[in-house]
Amino acid sequence: MRWSTWKSRKRPDWPEYMSERARRVKHPLLRDFFSAAPLDPETPVGEVPMVALDLETTGLDATRHDIVSIGLVPFRLERIPMRESRYWVVSPRRKLSNKSVTFHHITHSEVAQAPDLSDVLDDVMGMLKGRLVVVHYRHIERPFLDLALRERLGEGAVFPVIDTMGLEARLHRRRRWVWLRRMAGRPPASIRLFESRQRYNLPIYQGHHALGDALATAELLQAQVAFHHSPDTPIRRLWS
Amino acid sequence: MTIEQLDIRDHMAQFAPFDNLPDEWLDRLAAEVEIQYFPAGAQLLTLGNDITELFYVRSGAVEIKRRSGQLFDRLSEGAIFGYSDLLRHRPSRYQADALEDTLIYFLPAAIIEALNDDDEGFAEFLVSGGQRLKASAEHHSHESNMLTTRVRRLIVRRPLMVAQNTPLQRAAQLMREQSTSSLLVIESTEEVDATTFVGDDQHQWHLVGMLTDRDCCTRVVADGIDPQTPVSEVMSKNLVRIQADESVYEAMLTMLRNNIQHLPVLYRRRPMGVLQLSDIVRHETHSSLYLVSNIFHQTSVEGLGRLSAEVRKAFVRLVDDGANSGMIGRALATIGRSVIRRLLELAEESYGPPPVPYAFMVLGSMARDEPTITADQDHALVIDDAFVPEEHDVYFEKLAVFVREGMAACGYARCKGDIMASNSRWRQPFSVWREYFTSWIDEPSPERLLHSSIFFDLTCVFGEDRLVEPLQELIADLAPKRPLFLAAMARNALGRTPPLGFFRTFVVEKDGEHRNSINIKRRGTAPLADLIRVHALACGSKAQNSFLRLDDIANTTLLAEGVNDRLRYSFELLSMVRIRHQALDLQQEREPDNNVEPDSIPSRDRHHLKDAFEIISHAQKFMAFRYPMPSRSGKDNGSRRRS
Repeated sequence: MRWSTWKSRKRPDWPEYMSERARRVKHPLLRDFFSAAPLDPETPVGEVPMVALDLETTGLDATRHDIVSIGLVPFRLERIPMRESRYWVVSPRRKLSNKSVTFHHITHSEVAQAPDLSDVLDDVMGMLKGRLVVVHYRHIERPFLDLALRERLGEGAVFPVIDTMGLEARLHRRRRWVWLRRMAGRPPASIRLFESRQRYNLPIYQGHHALGDALATAELLQAQVAFHHSPDTPIRRLWS
Repeated sequence: MTIEQLDIRDHMAQFAPFDNLPDEWLDRLAAEVEIQYFPAGAQLLTLGNDITELFYVRSGAVEIKRRSGQLFDRLSEGAIFGYSDLLRHRPSRYQADALEDTLIYFLPAAIIEALNDDDEGFAEFLVSGGQRLKASAEHHSHESNMLTTRVRRLIVRRPLMVAQNTPLQRAAQLMREQSTSSLLVIESTEEVDATTFVGDDQHQWHLVGMLTDRDCCTRVVADGIDPQTPVSEVMSKNLVRIQADESVYEAMLTMLRNNIQHLPVLYRRRPMGVLQLSDIVRHETHSSLYLVSNIFHQTSVEGLGRLSAEVRKAFVRLVDDGANSGMIGRALATIGRSVIRRLLELAEESYGPPPVPYAFMVLGSMARDEPTITADQDHALVIDDAFVPEEHDVYFEKLAVFVREGMAACGYARCKGDIMASNSRWRQPFSVWREYFTSWIDEPSPERLLHSSIFFDLTCVFGEDRLVEPLQELIADLAPKRPLFLAAMARNALGRTPPLGFFRTFVVEKDGEHRNSINIKRRGTAPLADLIRVHALACGSKAQNSFLRLDDIANTTLLAEGVNDRLRYSFELLSMVRIRHQALDLQQEREPDNNVEPDSIPSRDRHHLKDAFEIISHAQKFMAFRYPMPSRSGKDNGSRRRS
């Protein structure tokens, strides 16, 4: 079954999808990734190992733009240990246009020194494996990583994520037209990371750094669960 | 790993005890942090649980309660807790709850112990935390010193940075808009080497030069260079730089050695500011040493008067640098005495040498080395017994008036009780002073007791010390033998009580200009100084300073064990609250006073303040019991002679 079919379902059956991918996937790196025991949808969020993921990209369209940096912060609901966090700058295959340099503050030189994503994929996928991934705005991180994997390994990978922006949207933007507008273009301002954090009195961090934003996302999830859910909430109610 | 780019490290670097750590330790700590969010009302720490981490409040507020449920402390951003139990490997004696939505950084025991072993200042901070009052008093006492102050403390603003192709005119406009005298020139670079850094914008940059307002004048205007020329054409290249954790002393040497006025300060490779020689000069010239030498260079009262603004700045600087009350008191007393000495030298220059020898003595807080910036005048003249009033007093009166008016011009208010040498009663030969003091001690009356509490803090600042020392000896010799005098002084010292209500709440002024405030001098430092004076008189101490008196008292059995230390810490704390209040008044351009609003004190200090007032209250009760009235007749004796 293709990803697009899965995507069309309102609530994908993640364990079924993951185990099917584990059976069919060919590339050893991805086979290893999918071989991890699938997360039980009934697992309480307070008990599941998680990892906050943030990608800085050259643009918003996965087919035209590419990843330039990756921040990963493995954590549990209770604690975010900084010592396990990782950060990489990688060289995008779709070269930076001068326009995207000005827009995204990423220089040619910084990127020229950086390794290709394929050199760090082992580490990245190793840290994602067996953990529930947490992102702010899943329509960036998931498709970008999927496409990057396809280009380098010939096979992609999607996986369930907790989207902290989606959780905020459930609270603040239920109306359909707002939802559609958000799907169509850039995410609306008021549920972006910075503003969402302010609602929970989380401190202001300097934005647009993959590691800083990953940490900010992990803290935001701690706050969201504390206010609107509980450590006993099964992950099926939070992931998408 | 680019942990140092995260805000964790920068945040911790602002707060004690982390603010004094070298950069390497800050990086290590930041990389070891574990983070947890607590919504308001959540419990952070349960009584009796094992503590394996130090808590650092990143944002929000936390309330700490004792086992009894009594409030122990309230913490806000940048505060740490849990260290006393952590270092002693024992379960928590406190419970902690989030008062507001709170983000905590946890620092594991292992790294705190390693840091504790490695860094003396950090260890001292944690160890002194065992006793709350002590920790709070000592927290403000670390030495201010060019050798230990790190350059980053002098950096108050981020550097202005422009790309090298920026036109000169635009650069000059930016300098004007941000009212800065220098800007750094940076270049986007392809090569990564020892000088490249990643800016806030994630660009890879390279510091290539600096432009100062002086360059604009000497290189641009003087040579008639086109304002559209790129800054890179006129900037200074091959910059000398310094790391942020170097000492101020090192920075000064670097600037002097290279003959430069502006020094870029780097954290690693990233510019964090530009230090100017004038920043260091300002840091240093506000020091009291510089001021004292300046006082002696003044040739007129007007010149001395102009220095009073400098005195206030020096005072604020001392407070900012974390000087303790002793250092501040000594500095201000030295300045005050120097002013008097210089005034007397100037008076003798215009009125000629004195007809008979004399000593000029100061009284009260100046004699105790404990004046604050609001100190007024208290002084007197002791003249040699060869004094013939009809012949000589014209001279001494002129002298005394000159000093009184000169001091007033320098910001020392005239004494409301007229305890000044210009009052003929306090301008007397040595033998009269002997009689004064003897009768005050032998036959106390309310007025005489009031005088005793002022005049028995005395020291000679100018002239013949031989005229003042015997008076100090007389007091130290006579007072311990006169129980009636001690009892009367003790009762007198109970007149001013600390402002604590029945429920351990602050009792504040209910009306008038200073509504809702506490007069920290009248209700705090003054009663405590009075109390210490009574014990000092009882043990025959010749010391004038309250801390030195407490040293002498400690050698006796007058006070129960531990009381001496508690009085010491209370005095330090109350003095510092008063001093900081006055420094804040000056910074906010208000006339400094002693009226502290409890609400304006950080909650943490407020609890210490209550502790200090309670200590005074207990000590007053003890004193009434320790120096009882010897007999009815003695008491009657005293009151009959009142008028």
